[in-house]
Amino acid sequence: MHVIINGQQKDFAPGTTVAELLRQLDLEPIRVAVEINKELVTRSTFDSAQIHDGDQIEVVTFVGGG
Amino acid sequence: MTHDRYRIGSFELRSRLFVGTGKYANFDIMERALAASGCQVVTVAVRRDVLSPEGGARPDSILDHLDMSRYTVLPNTAGCFTAEDAIRSARLSRELLEGLGNPGAKWVKLEVLADKKTLLPDPVGTLKATDALVELGFEVLVYTNDDPILAKKIKDLGPVSVMPAGAPIGSGLGILNQNNIRLCLEYLKDGDPDYPVIVDAGVGTASDVTVAMELGADGVLLNTGVAGAADPVRMATAMAHAIEAGRLACLSGRISKKPYATASSPMEGTIAPVRVGAGAS
Repeated sequence: MHVIINGQQKDFAPGTTVAELLRQLDLEPIRVAVEINKELVTRSTFDSAQIHDGDQIEVVTFVGGG
Repeated sequence: MTHDRYRIGSFELRSRLFVGTGKYANFDIMERALAASGCQVVTVAVRRDVLSPEGGARPDSILDHLDMSRYTVLPNTAGCFTAEDAIRSARLSRELLEGLGNPGAKWVKLEVLADKKTLLPDPVGTLKATDALVELGFEVLVYTNDDPILAKKIKDLGPVSVMPAGAPIGSGLGILNQNNIRLCLEYLKDGDPDYPVIVDAGVGTASDVTVAMELGADGVLLNTGVAGAADPVRMATAMAHAIEAGRLACLSGRISKKPYATASSPMEGTIAPVRVGAGAS
């Protein structure tokens, strides 16, 4: 299935959780926050929240700013 | 040094300088500049993470260079041009800071910008987002322009601080309208003298910081003035002194401005002038 993550199309197996997605992208869960279709996914639900075909996903972290 | 403590919402602070973490040549200079500034609070932005790093190696993260036990992180909503996006940004930041165990999870520096050329705030979006974020339980510090009427309307919505801009972000123009900043301070502190007001943005050099503090601001938030200086670490030191100088001057009750001179030395007992009447009038 296709999802859009940070503006890029990526393919994942059906049933993939947010935690598994972060693992596959080699991202540390503690250093990111996630939105699916503009709704926040809380950290405590990373293991259970599944992504679905066509989801628009944002994976963000901190950068320098004023 | 004054070291008088003050409060912003539930935070008790000593340093009155808030320093941004953007635009340094590298993280080493940033770390040294932050240390030299003596700041307790640093601002950060939230952005998309890198998914496919070039060469396979993850880029260096600011999280490797900010001591979470030393600094309270104040996340901003920079880059947001609608109230909705600013609220999303604030919630993402809170989630990150809760995970990292930083007390900054409780607060947010709200910016709802109007256009990319000036980066001036959108007053309508700012009011809307302030209301929503206060409702969501955030301690909100609101970046706004130097309009005292708008500042008061924002305060009425319940944020923990209002932060009028000295000049456009990154412009280095200093405190362009001192009278407006003075009026903002008067309106925001009317009947509420401890309400914290931070001058945010536009600072170019140390004297700008001192001016803001002399006017009665509780603190100054800056980034480019330090990060963009030829020697950021030295400029950060200058900014720390400027905060102290301005704060002490503000507390000391400056003399009033007068159009003519008043002599500091006695006029009586001067020696006989060469020509009678020379110099004196």
